Amino acid sequence: MLTQLPYLAVVLIAGIGIATILLKKNLIKMIMGLGVLTGSANLFLVTLGYRDGGIAPIYTSAPEGVMVLSTVQAMTVTNIVIGFATTALLLAFAIMLYRKYGSVETGDIRRLRE
Amino acid sequence: MQTTLYSGFGVWDPVIWTIAGAVILLLVYLFWRSGVSTYRKGSEQERPYLSGNAEPEKNAVHIGGGNLYWGFTEGLKGYYSRLVPVHTGDLNDYMLWYFGVLVAVCALVVIFQ
Amino acid sequence: MSQYVPLLVALPLIAAFAMPLVGMLGKTIRNSLAIIAMAGTVTAALLLVYEVLVNGTIIYAFGAFDPSLAIPFDSGGVPIRILFVIDAMSAFMVLTAAIMMFAVVLYSLSSESEQTGQDGYYALLFLMMVGIFGMVTTGDLFNFFVFLEINSLAGAALAAYRINKGLSVEGGLKYAFISTIAGLFFLFAIGMLYGQYNSLNIAYIASVIDLTGLSLVALVLMITSLAMKAGSVPMHFWTPDTYSSAPSSITAILIVSSMASLYAIFRVAFSLYGVTMNVVTIGWIIIILGILSMFIGVSMALPQKDVKRLMAYHSVSQIGYMLVGLGVGVAVLGDTQMMNEFGLVAMEGGIFHIINYALYKGLLFLIAGAVIYRCGTRNLNELGGLGHSMKWTMGFFIIAALAIAGIPPFNGFASKILIYESVFIFNPYISVIAMVVSIMTLASFVKVFHSMFMGPKLPQYAEVKEVPLPMLIGMGLLAALIILFGLFPDLVVNLLIEPAALAFIDQSGYISSVMGGI
Repeated sequence: MLTQLPYLAVVLIAGIGIATILLKKNLIKMIMGLGVLTGSANLFLVTLGYRDGGIAPIYTSAPEGVMVLSTVQAMTVTNIVIGFATTALLLAFAIMLYRKYGSVETGDIRRLRE
Repeated sequence: MQTTLYSGFGVWDPVIWTIAGAVILLLVYLFWRSGVSTYRKGSEQERPYLSGNAEPEKNAVHIGGGNLYWGFTEGLKGYYSRLVPVHTGDLNDYMLWYFGVLVAVCALVVIFQ
Repeated sequence: MSQYVPLLVALPLIAAFAMPLVGMLGKTIRNSLAIIAMAGTVTAALLLVYEVLVNGTIIYAFGAFDPSLAIPFDSGGVPIRILFVIDAMSAFMVLTAAIMMFAVVLYSLSSESEQTGQDGYYALLFLMMVGIFGMVTTGDLFNFFVFLEINSLAGAALAAYRINKGLSVEGGLKYAFISTIAGLFFLFAIGMLYGQYNSLNIAYIASVIDLTGLSLVALVLMITSLAMKAGSVPMHFWTPDTYSSAPSSITAILIVSSMASLYAIFRVAFSLYGVTMNVVTIGWIIIILGILSMFIGVSMALPQKDVKRLMAYHSVSQIGYMLVGLGVGVAVLGDTQMMNEFGLVAMEGGIFHIINYALYKGLLFLIAGAVIYRCGTRNLNELGGLGHSMKWTMGFFIIAALAIAGIPPFNGFASKILIYESVFIFNPYISVIAMVVSIMTLASFVKVFHSMFMGPKLPQYAEVKEVPLPMLIGMGLLAALIILFGLFPDLVVNLLIEPAALAFIDQSGYISSVMGGI
C-alpha cells in the first residue's frame, strides 16, 4: 500500500492542476495550474523509475547492487526543461496580453470567437 | 502513361475528362464566335446599364461577403443559434471540452471493450 | 544506413540557431542562408523518400554505426538507442512537409521582407521544421513528445509573432496552452506504457503489448490529445482562433503540423496497438470525430466574415475527411476480407487527402495572405473587385477553391472519390454526409470568390497591384502540384499512397524492421 502512495499523490496533484485550469478565470492562475500538472507528470515518471535498492549506472567505483537504467530520470529532466520553456512562453504571452487588453482574465481574452 | 484511377468500384480518368472539357470549351468558343459582333471597346457599351438611371457609387453596387447565404443561416436558425455561441473564445471552456471528450471517450472504450 | 535521416533534423536545427548570428551580418546573407538550408533539407528529404521507396523501411539508430546495433547484444532484446524509423508512410509525410516548407520559405522571403525581427522569425520557422520532421520520422515515443513540444512552442511563438493589437498573441496563447496540455497528457500515456513494458520504442512496445486497463487509458489519452492537436471537433475551438490571427505563411505551416499530429494518431492506432485494441470501437470513435469535424466545421465556415477564419473552419472540416478515411481503415483492421474489399481504398483516400489538403489549404492561406498583404484587410465585407488587378492570385484561388470543393480534375476530387466510394460500402450515411459537406464547401468558396475577386473595381483598392514574384512562385509551385496530382492521381496513388497505406496495415512488418530477427 505504501508503495502506491506516490501514485495517489500524482492523481491528487494532477486533480488540483486540472481543477485550477478549469475553474480559475485568471490566466496567471491557469498557467500555475499547468505548472502543477507538469509537476504531477514529473512525479509520475520519477515514481515509475524508482527501483528499491537500485543504484545509478555509473561504473566508476560502483557499489554492489542492481543498476537501474535511468531513462525515466532523463525523461523527467527533459520534461522539466520543456515545462520551464512553455511556462516562460505562456507568461510572456500573458504579459503581452495584459499590455494590449488590460486584463488577464479569460473572460476578457476572447476577441477571437464565433 | 496510365492515368486511370481505379477506386475498386469505378474508374476515374482525369485526362479524358480534361480533353472532353477542352473540346466542349472549343465548341462553345466556335458558337460564340459565329455570333454578331457589335461590341466596341472604349465606347458607351462598357458602362453598366441600369434602366437609364445614374450608376451608383462602386461600393454600393458590390455585394459584400456578409450578405451572402443570409437565407441559409436564417433557415437553419435553430441550428446556428445553438452552434455559434458554443465558440465562446474562452480558454476555460476549451479545456472543459477537452476533458469532457477525454472522459467520454474513456467511458466509450471501457463500455464497448 | 541512410545518411540523410539525421540531416533532416540536423540541418534545420543548425540553421535555426545560426539564424540570429548570421542575421547580424546582413539581410541578404541571412535570406540566402535560409534558402540554402531549406534547399539542403528538401534535397535530403527527397533523397530519403526515394531511398525508402526503392529499398523499403530505413532504420537509423543514433550513436551506432549500423542499424543492426539498434538493439545492443546485452540489452535482452530491448532497443535502448533512439531510433528513427522511416517506412513508406513516414516518407510520405516527409515529402508532404518538405514541399510545404519549401513553398512557405519562398513565400516568406517577400511577405515578411518589410517586417521587423526576421532573424527570430526564420529561427522559429526552422525550429518548427525540426519538430515536424522529427514527429513524422521518429520511432520512439518520448522522442516524439520532445519533437511535439518543439513544434508547439515554435508554432505558438510564430503564431503570436506579429502582435497585431494583441489578437495574434491571443491566438498564440490558446495554441500554446492547448498544445501543452495535449503534450502533458501524451507524456502521462508514455509513462503508463513505459511502466508496463520498460521501453519507449514503438516497435518494441507493439511486439509485447497486451490490452491491460492501463494500456487502454494510455490509448485514449494519446488519441484524444493528438486529435485536439490536429483540430478535430469538439476540440477544434483553437483552430479558427489561431489560424485566423497568425501570419498567413505561418498558418500554412501550422496546417502541416496538424497533419503530423494526425499522422501520429494513426501511427499509434495502427503500429503501436494494432489489433490488440478493440478496433471497431476505436475506429468508430475516430469516424464519429471525423463526421462531427466535417459537418460542424463546414457549417461554421459558411456564415464567417473574416476570410482567414472561414478558411480555418474549412481546415477543421477537411481534417474530418482524413479521420473518416483512415478511421474506416482502423475499424476493419484485422478483417482481411473487409480490408481488401474497401478498407484499403478508404485508407488510401484518407492518406491521399493529407497531401492534397496540405497543398490546397496551404495555397488558400497563402492567397489570403497575398490579399491581406496588398489590401490590408481580411474582412469579406470590405474586399471586392480584386480580380481586375490581381489576376494571377485569382487564378490560383480558382484552382485551390475548386480543389478543396472536390471538383474534377483537381486533386481534391481524386482523394474524395476514393473516400466516397469505399466508405459507401462501409456505411452509406457517412458517404452521403461527406458529399453534402463537399457541396457546402463549394458554396462557401463561391462566397469568398465573389466577395474578394468579383464585382466592380473599388476605388479604395485602385492602387492595388499583383504581389511580388517570390510570393507568386511559392503559390505557383503549390498550384502546379495541385494540377499535377489531379491529372495523374493514379501515378501518385501507386507510387506513394499505396505503399504508405500498406505500411500502416502491416504492423508485423513495422515491428520486424526494428526488432530484426528477434
